[in-house]
Amino acid sequence: MISVFKINARPGRFACFVLPWVLFVVCFLLYTRASFVRHQENPRDKLVPTVTQLIDGVKRSAFEEDRKGDLRLWVDSWASTKRFFIALIIISLGILIGLNMGAFPYLELFFYRFFLFFDKVPALALLPILFITFGLGEVSKVALIVIGVMPTIVLDTFLRAKEFPRELNIKAMTLGASHFEILYRVILPNIFPKVLDTLRLNLKAVVLFLIAGESLAATAGLGYRIFVVRRYLAMDIIIPYVIWISLLAFSADFLLRYWIRHKYQWLNK
Amino acid sequence: MAKIVRNINGILMAVLFASVFLISAAQAKTQTFTVVWSIYAGWMPWDYAGHSKILDKWAQKYGIKIELKKMDYIPSVEAYVAKKADACVMTNMEALDMPAASGISTSAIIMGDFSNGNDALLTRNNIGIKDLKGKDISLVELSVSHYLLVRALEMNGLKENDVRIVNTSDADIAPAFIANKKQEAVVTWNPLVMEIMQQPGIKNVMNSSSIPGEILDVMAVRTEVLQKHPELGKALAGAWYEVMATMSKRGAEADKAMEIMAQAAGCSLTEYKAQLKTTAMYYKAKDAADFTGGSEIKEKMNYVRNFCFSHGLLGENARSVDEVGIQYPDGSVQGDKKNIQLIFDSRFMVMAAEGKLE
Repeated sequence: MISVFKINARPGRFACFVLPWVLFVVCFLLYTRASFVRHQENPRDKLVPTVTQLIDGVKRSAFEEDRKGDLRLWVDSWASTKRFFIALIIISLGILIGLNMGAFPYLELFFYRFFLFFDKVPALALLPILFITFGLGEVSKVALIVIGVMPTIVLDTFLRAKEFPRELNIKAMTLGASHFEILYRVILPNIFPKVLDTLRLNLKAVVLFLIAGESLAATAGLGYRIFVVRRYLAMDIIIPYVIWISLLAFSADFLLRYWIRHKYQWLNK
Repeated sequence: MAKIVRNINGILMAVLFASVFLISAAQAKTQTFTVVWSIYAGWMPWDYAGHSKILDKWAQKYGIKIELKKMDYIPSVEAYVAKKADACVMTNMEALDMPAASGISTSAIIMGDFSNGNDALLTRNNIGIKDLKGKDISLVELSVSHYLLVRALEMNGLKENDVRIVNTSDADIAPAFIANKKQEAVVTWNPLVMEIMQQPGIKNVMNSSSIPGEILDVMAVRTEVLQKHPELGKALAGAWYEVMATMSKRGAEADKAMEIMAQAAGCSLTEYKAQLKTTAMYYKAKDAADFTGGSEIKEKMNYVRNFCFSHGLLGENARSVDEVGIQYPDGSVQGDKKNIQLIFDSRFMVMAAEGKLE
């Protein structure tokens, strides 16, 4: 027991297998307990559905057509994933902006203060303006995500490019590299995995803005569905959707981590 | 070291047990009741009742305390369903599809008003209802706006599938529609309708005055609470009809009261009065009681419950429209008699009409 609080403890195989799951199980038990109690009091309770009801909710959303004839979970996932990736691609352009800002002093002067300020603007508060300028279609939803997350990526890349050791640049120059070669063949490959890491940590913000945008105006999407079925308190749909969104975001995070680990093995050496 | 570890473990266990306990513990009942309300022309009198201490006076008379809380509309109904509030203002539709459908038996004790133009379908480019086929229509999905649209389409031989509904938050629906000339049709409620109508080239093609008495605004109280504490119903009805009496008087006193309501609603007195024109208030308790006790309401509720059922609002597993029972003052029941969850209860309105609350 005491060895738990040793900083040089070496957890055994059993602990390695069991401990990561303990809190999941606790949450699950607390939930089923709460749902059991509520259903004893009111068998028609919708706020904390039982596990069977949740499974039924999953079945209905994933495998049964709704009244519009859609398998809504897949329609929604497709709509949201599309927005997610389009936004992610645009946000990735921020890496190039940040890189150039970090390397070229004139570009730094031009962009830095603006992005620093822009980063602090609460994007959600801009939503009405976005809807007025871009309408209620896809553009405004992607724009919301980009405005919310891109400045962070730009600034992070900028800082990393900036702290890149000057000696290495000089070394490259003496070897005859051009300015652009230094940028894209020396600095970028060196900071790229770290920037990917920042992108990965910002997936949460991407998902948050995605859901916020969808909740306000949409015809399909994971966030859209959650806010529509809320009108009739269908927690048996909402809870599986929330878990599904978390799983999707977790997988995106996992893929990026996998990419970093395998493509940039030198990073940890 | 071992001691610290034991202490930490103790604390962790305590927190764990406390959270289990808190989640499962039933709420303690006190004599203070929470009434939640949201901004709407027909509900502003509640704010005035609180502001002018009229509500306090009536609560005191019946030996209870009533706490009035303002919330956003859907969260307020959610709070009510979660039993964090004892009473809440809502439409007949939400009363049926939110609390009643989730087994929170609800009594509608005050028939406040019905929407008589407050909800409207607006178009630009001179589009009529029949031209809506294939068009995008912005509205808050599954709200009374959605209901109004379906009724409008039905009356004109169209189906819901003939149009494409874009779910749009009521926070953005008006500015987005005004700014975006490509959007051709929108369904929303007041004061947003008024705001949009001020723009040139907008046509009001259908509104709730064509379906009078279908979109009702009621004070809903949890039946369980009302059975134990009928004095809550009495205090609410007493306060409400005192405010109604003030409002229906003409002249300075009514204006002063309405000025306060307008302020709380964030509009001018003139604007508020304009909104009241499209709200058919039941200023007299007798009128409200008569409508609630009449036969017309059953016919109107039948439209509403069928809409709710066909849109999955009674629960996606509901097998028939009759699954949730609705009881009327004459004792008749629409739907399942064994599962009465929505009760139109005119007792308190009758008492107010007969002067028994004085």
